[in-house]
Amino acid sequence: MEFPTNLYYSKDHEWVEVEGNRARIGITDYAQESLGDIVFVELPQVGDELAAGDSFGVVESVKSASDVYAPVGGKVVAVNEALLDSPQDINADPYGKGWMIELEMSDPAEVEDLMDAGAYRQLVKEEKGE
Amino acid sequence: MRTEPLLFELGAPGRRGYTLPECDVPGKVEDYLPAAACRRADAALPELSEVEVVRHFTHLASMNYGVDTGFYPLGSCTMKYNPKVNEAVAALPGFTNLHPLVPVEAAQGALELMYNLQEYLAEITGMDAVTLQPAAGAHGEFTGLAIIAAYHQSRGDLERRQVLVPDSAHGTNPASAAMAGLEVVQIPSDERGLVDLEALQAAVGPRTAALMLTNPNTLGLFESDIEAMADLVHAAGGLLYYDGANLNAIMGITRPGDMGFDVVHLNLHKTFAAPHGGGGPGSGPVGVKKHLAAFLPVPVVARDDAGRYYLDYDRPQTIGRIRSFYGNFGVMVRAYAYIRTLGASGLKEASEQAVLNANYMLARLRPYFKVPFDRVCKHEFVIAPPKEVNEAGVHTLDIAKRLLDYGFHAPTIYFPLIVHEAMMIEPTETEPKETLDAFCDALIAIAKEAVEDPEVLHQAPHNTPVRRLDEVGAARNPVLRWQGK
Repeated sequence: MEFPTNLYYSKDHEWVEVEGNRARIGITDYAQESLGDIVFVELPQVGDELAAGDSFGVVESVKSASDVYAPVGGKVVAVNEALLDSPQDINADPYGKGWMIELEMSDPAEVEDLMDAGAYRQLVKEEKGE
Repeated sequence: MRTEPLLFELGAPGRRGYTLPECDVPGKVEDYLPAAACRRADAALPELSEVEVVRHFTHLASMNYGVDTGFYPLGSCTMKYNPKVNEAVAALPGFTNLHPLVPVEAAQGALELMYNLQEYLAEITGMDAVTLQPAAGAHGEFTGLAIIAAYHQSRGDLERRQVLVPDSAHGTNPASAAMAGLEVVQIPSDERGLVDLEALQAAVGPRTAALMLTNPNTLGLFESDIEAMADLVHAAGGLLYYDGANLNAIMGITRPGDMGFDVVHLNLHKTFAAPHGGGGPGSGPVGVKKHLAAFLPVPVVARDDAGRYYLDYDRPQTIGRIRSFYGNFGVMVRAYAYIRTLGASGLKEASEQAVLNANYMLARLRPYFKVPFDRVCKHEFVIAPPKEVNEAGVHTLDIAKRLLDYGFHAPTIYFPLIVHEAMMIEPTETEPKETLDAFCDALIAIAKEAVEDPEVLHQAPHNTPVRRLDEVGAARNPVLRWQGK
């Protein structure tokens, strides 16, 4: 299971890649593995305003459907529309082709509240009961 | 094992089950109907002889698996045995031949049954008034939340739009809240598997409409802080909603009304032994405390001073009608018969036995599986595969599929969501010890197989009419109708 060190992580199993005041967001390797084969993805519209903690979409697998939450707030500037036709990209490449949205952050300091790879790895360990 | 073709794949052109008498209306259909109402081509109906149809459905029935064929430990669903006497009672012609529009004078017996059932359910749950109208559990939730919303509105308390739902809740709870136009706020569980009181305290406030909770919760654990939780929510002006899915653990022992709940829905098709699954029909009565009784849906079955039963529509604050006629009456008859057969002491014994069965199984499985919240459970419990099984690349889904080879229905899997790789087992009260042991033996054998020969599990099931279904392919590329050759 991968935990790239250049990313920030939320307790709801989203990752954030920060570049300037832009944040690219997706779900983690652990999240995709727990969900199993993803069969449907719902994404927001470009231009939507999100506050940190807002639900911005849905990922649905054969096991369950889960809301996906914005780890930081901002305006949606891009969505990965390729996922609508090929949701399996999230399973195959959660940190690459499986990205979901890009935000223009309203308060870049919000990333300070997120976890680094080490802390997130620990959280996953606890959730798996190890 | 063989599979069965579709009806459309059987038979031959021109074959018939029976012959209709000659039409005694002269001419053809086209002579009487406008052209737009007539078929342009014949309907492509299956053409079979009677014996082919009988064999087709008999084959399908023999492949069916239900609680009458074997153990069905679907956690949270309470797939209990449905005593046959209830079916006999529900089939009495006085019930089955009753038209829903007959005048109330001609339906006194049915109304008396409904009235008494309302009273019994109120007594069992500790509520003051009950509606039998909702057609299923989630419909009951929706009704209960509509009553709560109407209550707050009637007091001019218009800001209360938030429904607090624990992260262990049934998925229907947040869904029903959203359906009722309310906003869902999730409350985390703590390390005991119970509602995190501090998080609840932080979440309640002037916008709280209600807390939705089942007790015991979906981990099968009793929320021992329930009185403190009720005080917190009530002090903030909110109400408590009880999801009755897990009532089977507490009948005759404690009551939602005594725990501080204001609204409760029940599932007659779970706790009260009406048939369950396969599309229903279900029944989800809702009970409320006095301060909410005025908002119940109409009609309410009532009794006048002379002892006559009637349908009361004269309730100005009602949320209105939520179901055609009076709900699923046949299901009510079965539940009524069940309650009358067992009596108060029998209902209590049913709960005790359900809890004992679950704890017996948990004790047998504990050495072989992971028990994420290891306490005395109520009527159901949650386990997960041990580390060595996961390390062999075997998942809960594989174990569930392998159980089919051993002749059992799989338990609920991957729920509740807060337990990784969850298996949720609910034996119910009617299972003999031999069945509980056979199921535990199968699970223990499968855990061993998983380590020794994981491929057997990955390929399971082996002995069913169809092997493992491609659920992912079906979801990504659904084929929704038969299209012929």
